[in-house]
Amino acid sequence: MVELSVLQERFGSGITEHVFRDNRRVDVPAAVLFDVLSGLKTDFGFSVLIDLTAVDWLEYEGATDRFTVVYLLLNMDSGERLTVQTALNLPNPTLTSVYSLWKAADWMEREVFDMFGITFTGHPDLRRILMPEEFDAFPLRKDYPLKGRGERHNFPVITRSGS
Amino acid sequence: MPLTPVDTLETESAEREYVWTLNFGPQHPATHTTLRLVLTLDGEKVLNAVPYIGYLHSGFEKLGEHLDFNQYVTIVDRMNYLSPLANEIAWHHAVEKLLGIELTPRCRYLRTILAELMRMHDHLLNLGTTALDLGGFTAFLYFFQQREHIYDIVELASGQRFHTSYTRVGGVLFDVNTDWVNRVRKFVREFPRVYEEVDRLLTKNRIFVDRTKGIGYLSREDAINFSAAGPVARASGVERDLRRDEPYLAYADLDFDVVCSKGGDCYARYLVRMQELLESLKIIEQAVENIPGGPVNIGVETDMVLPAKPAVYRSIEGLIQHFEVIMPNRGYDVPREQVYAATESPNGELGFYIVGNAETRAYRARTRPPSFIHFSMFPHLIRNHQLSDVVAVLGSINIIAAELDR
Repeated sequence: MVELSVLQERFGSGITEHVFRDNRRVDVPAAVLFDVLSGLKTDFGFSVLIDLTAVDWLEYEGATDRFTVVYLLLNMDSGERLTVQTALNLPNPTLTSVYSLWKAADWMEREVFDMFGITFTGHPDLRRILMPEEFDAFPLRKDYPLKGRGERHNFPVITRSGS
Repeated sequence: MPLTPVDTLETESAEREYVWTLNFGPQHPATHTTLRLVLTLDGEKVLNAVPYIGYLHSGFEKLGEHLDFNQYVTIVDRMNYLSPLANEIAWHHAVEKLLGIELTPRCRYLRTILAELMRMHDHLLNLGTTALDLGGFTAFLYFFQQREHIYDIVELASGQRFHTSYTRVGGVLFDVNTDWVNRVRKFVREFPRVYEEVDRLLTKNRIFVDRTKGIGYLSREDAINFSAAGPVARASGVERDLRRDEPYLAYADLDFDVVCSKGGDCYARYLVRMQELLESLKIIEQAVENIPGGPVNIGVETDMVLPAKPAVYRSIEGLIQHFEVIMPNRGYDVPREQVYAATESPNGELGFYIVGNAETRAYRARTRPPSFIHFSMFPHLIRNHQLSDVVAVLGSINIIAAELDR
């Protein structure tokens, strides 16, 4: 098990720990996130990026930051799981891409970009993945309504005569 | 000026004039659902493949933030529609971890049997269509007939053949009866005969082996780096199975083997899935003979499950309890925490990341979709193969577009 004190000693004291049931999570400042993830991968054996996702905290009572990006890691040898989380804020939520560590991050980061508008510097091909290219909103943000903003009605349709 | 042979050798293959582009999908029989590939071809050799997805995107995760824990089960059903119950079990597994619910022994066994039936359901279709895409129609029909029996079993338990919406927070919709148990026993008894037939049809079939062996090779390192899970990872030599490594439901009590292969190609994935059918059968056989008695749901005093219908109709306490569960402004305590819980679905690790917000619906309901993660390595798998191998590789990683796009 990775001790919190070891992480704090190496990556600064801004790292905090949170345990709920069998889920162990460390909260990491965005500035050292890449170093922490890369250290966890190379030195602590967290070889698998199980999932990468984000949460919008806009409507959550008592939340201080707008977004968190969540990395779920797995140590293949010991079976240990660890969640690494970092907070981001508007107007420019940006993180360093972890594509160089895990190729699996390619599509996961594209999905987070598509759904939340969080950009990843160093990503080889950061395009929308699920929504069409013309779409200009970020659907999983909490200020985006469930029924959309009329994109569906105003979507360009190619008619038989106009094509 | 005519080109010298040296010039043609030096140009990058992708820039050669005779390279052509083929649009594969979104509507193509071999994609089975809607996904699109843009293939760059040199003759019949695939130089590059660019997947475009999102044709079936319907905002499942957004809906998960607006429907309560029991309502959203109807949506997760529609993710991997080859094994709907496996999604439901995974979803409620995560919800129950958030709520801290300990299931009753009967429910644990019942869900285990259903999860394994769903694994067989999924593998049967996958193996059948893989053979179908490669030209073997008979195996597909044999296996589809077995899926029909599983449909019947599921229908007897839940009243629905396909989108069952069977699990509930803390239990299931209805308990099963002896008829159901006998039906499962009959299936367990009769399945091996059909399995033998298909095994004889495919496993040593010269054409089938030639089309799959050495195709779509995935090394162990790449499988880990691409986060592959389930049969795809196990076929590449990754020894990981959540049923064994992080036992949930009743798996800790049951005896089964984790099937692995070192091949890493389409044939290895076929073999792993075939062998897993037998392992699932073994698990079902043990579980169905050992289903404990007692209630299938947790106690009604938790306010999380509906009380039995006679109690609702004949007593005021039952009616009040029913009301407490049904009314949207009542509900029960949900921790304001984040939790990730995963199950071994037929396709790999299917997990849900849930943020609880003191109400009976999730604040954020993220799915870890195995198809999405497996499809992202498709360009890596298909590079430098023949055009005809595209369907073999697509079949072997079992892409379900509804889960891919959610």
